Amino acid sequence: MSTEAARADQITTATDWGGGTHPYRIGHRKLGMWLFIVSDALTFSALLVGYSYVRATSDQWATPFPFYPSIVFSSVMTLCLLSSSLTMVMGVSASARADYKAVRKWIGLTILFGAAFIVLHLIEWKHLLDEGLRPFSLPEEWLRPDRWPQASPLFGATFFAITGLHMFHVLTGLIYLAVVAARAPKLKHEDVEISGLYWHFVDLVWMFVFPLIYLLSVDFTPPVH
Amino acid sequence: MATHAEGEHFAGTNKLFISVWVWLLLMTGLEVFLGYIHIRFALMLTILIGLSIIKAALIVAYFMHLRFERLSLVLTLVPMLVICICLLLVFFPDSFRNRNQRYKFETDKPLMTTSGDEEE
Repeated sequence: MSTEAARADQITTATDWGGGTHPYRIGHRKLGMWLFIVSDALTFSALLVGYSYVRATSDQWATPFPFYPSIVFSSVMTLCLLSSSLTMVMGVSASARADYKAVRKWIGLTILFGAAFIVLHLIEWKHLLDEGLRPFSLPEEWLRPDRWPQASPLFGATFFAITGLHMFHVLTGLIYLAVVAARAPKLKHEDVEISGLYWHFVDLVWMFVFPLIYLLSVDFTPPVH
Repeated sequence: MATHAEGEHFAGTNKLFISVWVWLLLMTGLEVFLGYIHIRFALMLTILIGLSIIKAALIVAYFMHLRFERLSLVLTLVPMLVICICLLLVFFPDSFRNRNQRYKFETDKPLMTTSGDEEE
């Protein structure tokens, strides 16, 4: 008991750079999640820089996203992710009050928003696949002389790689959150917070993917029927 | 404000989180609007990236609680991430060099055909 008290004392009284067992005043799992997030942020940065490199070095880059469905879908998807972050915050504060019924409700809503994101994104992928977009080739329609005849065929590679990896993160997050919601009463509050960190990070990545992939490729050419 | 138990720290109120969410939505709306006005690509890219960085900072600071964590944690995580991401930018001069070389080649081509030299 006395060692427990000494440990608690160390946690609360250690100075910022004083070291000790809890130099950051967070548990080792939370620190681990933060370090994972930093490394994952670098993964996405590298992918986005790779996409920008290819785009900057190409003679022409397809800008094929029409207002409907692409921009409307991706905007609603952004709304879903932002709202899911808010419900996740509510879930974490319910967990701080040890109100597990509310934790399940809020995390359930978060999962619902996340699932809506994935469904909308898959529909959006299907539009593009039906048009004929593939990872290493553009649809014939896009290569028409009045559209983007010189466009780099790597559009699909960058699009599917970046949005695909992001979608995989959302899917993993949904499974993670479902496990956390199911086991909430047995978990420490910090463990629920950690799942929140991961979820907010997935939201954060989308804040860069959405403008760079979608908004910089808006189609201004009038539709031809 | 209620006093928290020892070891706990201030972590924001629902009102704060809702206002952060509203700001994030407003900035997203502004980004979508910007996508539809014709301005220079470089300017648009700068504004979009700027807004995204502000949004990311809001998410990290409030939703991910980093603002309420110790400064030592912030200083351990953020500067190294920023430096590493900035280091990735060293690739861009090469991408422009690559493109300019190709353009030079293409402008050379007609010169060669006008001089009657078409062996290629």
